[in-house]
Amino acid sequence: MITIFGIPSAALFGQLLIGLINGSFYALLSLGLAVIFGMLNIINFAHGAQYMLGAVAAFLMLNFLGVNYWGALILAPLIVGAIGIVIERTFLQWLYKLDHLYGLLLTFGLALIIEGTARNYLGSAGLPYALPEALRGGQNLGFMFLPNYRAWVILVSLVICFGTWYAIERTRLGAYLRAATENPTLVRAFGINVPVMITLTYGFGVALAAFAGVMAAPIYNVSPQMGAELIIVVFAVVVIGGMGSILGAILTGFGLGVVEGLTKVFFPEASNTVIFVVMAIVLLVRPAGLFGRGT
Amino acid sequence: MRKTIGLAAVAALLLSGTAYAQQINVKIGVLTDMSSLYADDTGIGSVIGAKLAAEEFMKSNPNVKVEVVNADHQNKADVGSNIANQWYDRDGVDMIADVPNSGVALAIAEITKNKNKVFVASGPASSDLTGPKCAPTTVHWTYDTWMLANGTGKAMVKTGGDTWFFLTADYAFGHALERDTSAVVVANGGKVLGGVRHPINTNDFSSFLLQAQASKAKVIGLANAGGDTINAIKQGAEFGIAAGGQKMAGMLVFAPDVAALGLKTAQGLTFTETFYWDLNEGTRAWTKRWDKERNSPGKLPSMNMAGVYSGTLHYLKAVAAVGSAKDGKAVVDKMKQLPAEDSVYGKSVVREDGRVLHPAYLFEVKKPEESKYPGDLYHVRATIPMEEAFRPLKDGNCPLVKG
Repeated sequence: MITIFGIPSAALFGQLLIGLINGSFYALLSLGLAVIFGMLNIINFAHGAQYMLGAVAAFLMLNFLGVNYWGALILAPLIVGAIGIVIERTFLQWLYKLDHLYGLLLTFGLALIIEGTARNYLGSAGLPYALPEALRGGQNLGFMFLPNYRAWVILVSLVICFGTWYAIERTRLGAYLRAATENPTLVRAFGINVPVMITLTYGFGVALAAFAGVMAAPIYNVSPQMGAELIIVVFAVVVIGGMGSILGAILTGFGLGVVEGLTKVFFPEASNTVIFVVMAIVLLVRPAGLFGRGT
Repeated sequence: MRKTIGLAAVAALLLSGTAYAQQINVKIGVLTDMSSLYADDTGIGSVIGAKLAAEEFMKSNPNVKVEVVNADHQNKADVGSNIANQWYDRDGVDMIADVPNSGVALAIAEITKNKNKVFVASGPASSDLTGPKCAPTTVHWTYDTWMLANGTGKAMVKTGGDTWFFLTADYAFGHALERDTSAVVVANGGKVLGGVRHPINTNDFSSFLLQAQASKAKVIGLANAGGDTINAIKQGAEFGIAAGGQKMAGMLVFAPDVAALGLKTAQGLTFTETFYWDLNEGTRAWTKRWDKERNSPGKLPSMNMAGVYSGTLHYLKAVAAVGSAKDGKAVVDKMKQLPAEDSVYGKSVVREDGRVLHPAYLFEVKKPEESKYPGDLYHVRATIPMEEAFRPLKDGNCPLVKG
């Protein structure tokens, strides 16, 4: 058998694929963050809590309303997105003109409140959520066993990421949105309702987080702290990609998933820190991030 | 974050002025995880355990006034140490109970020894608490890493699982659990093929599971706890570990973890615990009392919560026998002399090194169709008598044990 650095090549391919799959979660989450920062200039620290809300909503809908995974995949982002819209209207809209720090502190506080409330009612051990019937089982690829659900995750993530990038960078609506961030007064002069557009953008970013939460529910432990654990890594991904760069968030998400996956083979103890090492190096060499436009 | 419960009682006492000659005041501090990964296995449920013991004891011993306070150590040794120092020096706490997280518990054991108070360790796992780090003021209730390894490890090897691969949480607790389990596997004729040390709070285990699959070991031993164990088992099912002929062995699994996984995913999982709410009449009756206080439908008491109750009750008996709670070592010596008995753990013995001996049980999680009512989770597969369940006294290297 061919080996690379002492690891059989077959095993290495398996790990690369696993890395891509984990990367798709990073990409989905960092995408939402990048959209919110790029368009609203808000560092959304509540993103992890909103991701958790998506997963918890899926659990609650299944157990109390009988809504299955597929229903939750559509309904949970809508519900959590609506909550996001309420947050934007009541709190965030007053902060756009202030320093980034205010938005960061506000959303951080919101995250603590949301997670604390969830812990109070649901406990911390976690909630059971089974794999949907249609996506059970898996394929033997020869070099690894690929569960069908993981294949689904990577597929969906690619579609959503590409779709969002296309909508913002290549469509007329996206052009309005980008213009509104650059110069809201001028865009309003053209008769476009900028505040509504901004509100909906925040709602969309939050809905993306909730969507990732539903995607995660069948394979990760659904618990109030699930978002807090992930959000720090996702922020590192966004910083490496370049704050606010959508393409950067997507590509870095997938790339870092692979880097982390390989670390788990060669030096598992460091797998939690490797992303921050990469972040430090990138910040030293390119302070605006890999895909950042600079300031 | 601290709640003072018996303020009224203390006030009444001061006013009355005519205290009995034999009036004994005891203050118990439940130091636990109120907000993080072990909060469902300990937390408020443990505080209730201590309160139930206090109420029960005060009913039959009106001359003893027990006050229970609690605090959150946030799984940080420094935070826990600060609270313990304050409790002992300023607030007049005589005994600290629970303390999940071995790292925090080792610090508390040291402080308690220096201040001559009592530490009833019902939450932590590390067998070092009654081994090299044993203290004349520590009593280790409920379980330890040696007992988990011995119960589950032996059973797995005996049923044909003789090659092992470990997924180990990369900190003191995980290392101790892996070390103790490896020893049991090898002693029973098995072989350890390898292992991975993963950081605590790992979200995704797929990479480690692939490595475990590639090792072709018959048993994948999970030397971790809480969310890590849940994630590993959940994803193990997804990656077809069982379908590939491998078995997963959770070395430390609590009832709330099984509930979090759901029976569908957890079925067939085998592990060792010292308490299960549905074990016998005594545990069921106690669970009813606990449930009334907890007042949260669907929550089950864990073995740690039962351990806090049982340990506190025995501690109070010793205090009453000594006549005061002030001298910690004297109270612990009395705990070692007196026989312990309660409705939850039955008869227990406190050994010279502070280890409490009681029977352990090998449980297997039921299939969904075998579960008849809510909370009906386990089959009892074996009862391990107390003499065999815990590490022999001579193997612990506890300095308190002479010869």
